[in-house]
Amino acid sequence: MTAHASEATPALQMADIRKVYRMGDNEVVALDHASLTVGADEIVALVGPSGSGKTTLCSIAGGILSATSGTVTVGTEEISGYGDKELTTFRQNQVGFVFQSVNLVPFLNARENLLVVDELGRREGKPARDRADRLLDELGLADRAKNLPSQLSGGQKQRVAIGRALMNEPRLVLFDEPTSALDTELGGQVMELIQSEMKARGTAAIVVTHDERITEYCDRTVRITDGVLAA
Amino acid sequence: MRLAIKELIRQPGRFVTAAIILTLIAILLMFLGGLLDGLIRSATGAVRAQQADAIVYSEDAQASFLRSRIEPDVRASIEAIDGVEEVGGLGVVQLGARVPGNGPRDLANVGVWGYELAPDGVPEPPGPGEAWADEVLKADGVEIGDELLVGPSRSPLVIVGWVEDTSFNGQGGLWADVDTWRAVLSENRPDAVLADGVFQSLVVRSSGGDAVAASINGAVDGVEALTIDDAIDAIPGVTEQQTTFNQILGVTVVIALVVIALFFALLTVERTALYGVLKAIGARSRTIFAGLVTQAVVLTLIAACIAGAAVVVLDLLIPPGAIPLYISASRIVTSTVLLLVAAVIGSAFSLRRVLRVDPASALGG
Repeated sequence: MTAHASEATPALQMADIRKVYRMGDNEVVALDHASLTVGADEIVALVGPSGSGKTTLCSIAGGILSATSGTVTVGTEEISGYGDKELTTFRQNQVGFVFQSVNLVPFLNARENLLVVDELGRREGKPARDRADRLLDELGLADRAKNLPSQLSGGQKQRVAIGRALMNEPRLVLFDEPTSALDTELGGQVMELIQSEMKARGTAAIVVTHDERITEYCDRTVRITDGVLAA
Repeated sequence: MRLAIKELIRQPGRFVTAAIILTLIAILLMFLGGLLDGLIRSATGAVRAQQADAIVYSEDAQASFLRSRIEPDVRASIEAIDGVEEVGGLGVVQLGARVPGNGPRDLANVGVWGYELAPDGVPEPPGPGEAWADEVLKADGVEIGDELLVGPSRSPLVIVGWVEDTSFNGQGGLWADVDTWRAVLSENRPDAVLADGVFQSLVVRSSGGDAVAASINGAVDGVEALTIDDAIDAIPGVTEQQTTFNQILGVTVVIALVVIALFFALLTVERTALYGVLKAIGARSRTIFAGLVTQAVVLTLIAACIAGAAVVVLDLLIPPGAIPLYISASRIVTSTVLLLVAAVIGSAFSLRRVLRVDPASALGG
């Protein structure tokens, strides 16, 4: 198990988050006083209909968007006041993302897609290459390391994306509808993989979904409707 | 940066069109530049070759050899100026020459020069009735030992050897002693006959370098002394050709810039989703933009290399003297540098678009 801060420190603490978009003279409230705490190795399913604010919540937790008000703490790092540069550095080091449509770099092979994270961020070199090889092995992709995304199946691509999200040994991984492009069986397999990888590492995860079946692989389900969270 | 290079290597197809267009533009730029250099060379070679610090014309001649006339007493006063070490007479007459073996109307354009001080690359004056010929006359079929019949009076001149880069106003130089030149001038241009001791111009070598031109202008009335560089610029048409060609070259560089700007703007639009993902996982705008500039620079370098090789081959294929094309390493390098600047500026137009890519676009599908 990867040693993180003490087990007691939650991976994510969001307190009283508001996110308001201005559209002309109107204000659209995407998140309304949302508070959420995710334990150090907890997997939380975030379920809600389209436009309910799931993605906004995820984006704020991952340092992609800034909240209008409220505080966000990932591990021990409070990111609420961060500017663009600090948020970029934060994303390089503390969070992992798995996107809805598999967004691998098309001209890089599986192994290089993992190493992109290192190239854009810490630039560790050899330790990163070793970690990429280990991850590919764990994800059952050792023999696919040299394949381009176009030579991989949907499930394999999603596994590469999971590997990429774990490359920077994040505290928190955000999964945005990770199984929406997969059939039920493959979706189940990917969720099992996510579950085992997260638990083995003691890494927390938020899985955004509107598929109820996904929730069985998670420790807890949080529902969101019109920007309001309900446990 | 490595990402950008990998994309170039792994997806060359995306860049082929831009590379071809840039190569064609680079060929055009280098070819036009070569033509300008060739034209200027063929217009100025005889003056550039002068190993001197100043050329002296008569004041009203407007730096034209044919209009100029320097009397022996003026020469004596120039020779008396402090720092003047050597003074030599120089004159030219531009005529058509009949070349053995060519048709009667197939004349070679020549400038017959009479000189006292040997220019750079030209030996001491040959014997009476003989001339050193510029290599560009090879294109007219001139060979060593040929007797050319020059001008309407068909004055004979025997070619005794080759010299290089001594053309004047596009006419190949024939370099003779002053008596031979004076004879050719009086036989063919009776309106421009010069008495013995009178020259069209003087070349002056001094211990004080270029400054001697000003000293002569200050000390001697009725003459205009020019430094060699000024004398080159004063040759009719030189400045005009340079200005015209440089404007065309400038427009060509601007076209390259627009092509690069449009191509990378399109590429950036195409990659918006990918850039969003890269930003979400920690790429800075700076890194993405640097990759874009790298691709533009590498693409332009490749195009410039191909174009450089192409114009060198073209230069070898075109027979010497057929067109005034002069391909030099400095022209290729200058063109390449101009294109690289265009590449950087052109790709910079995509900066705003790169900055505007929102990492949040990666989430939410």
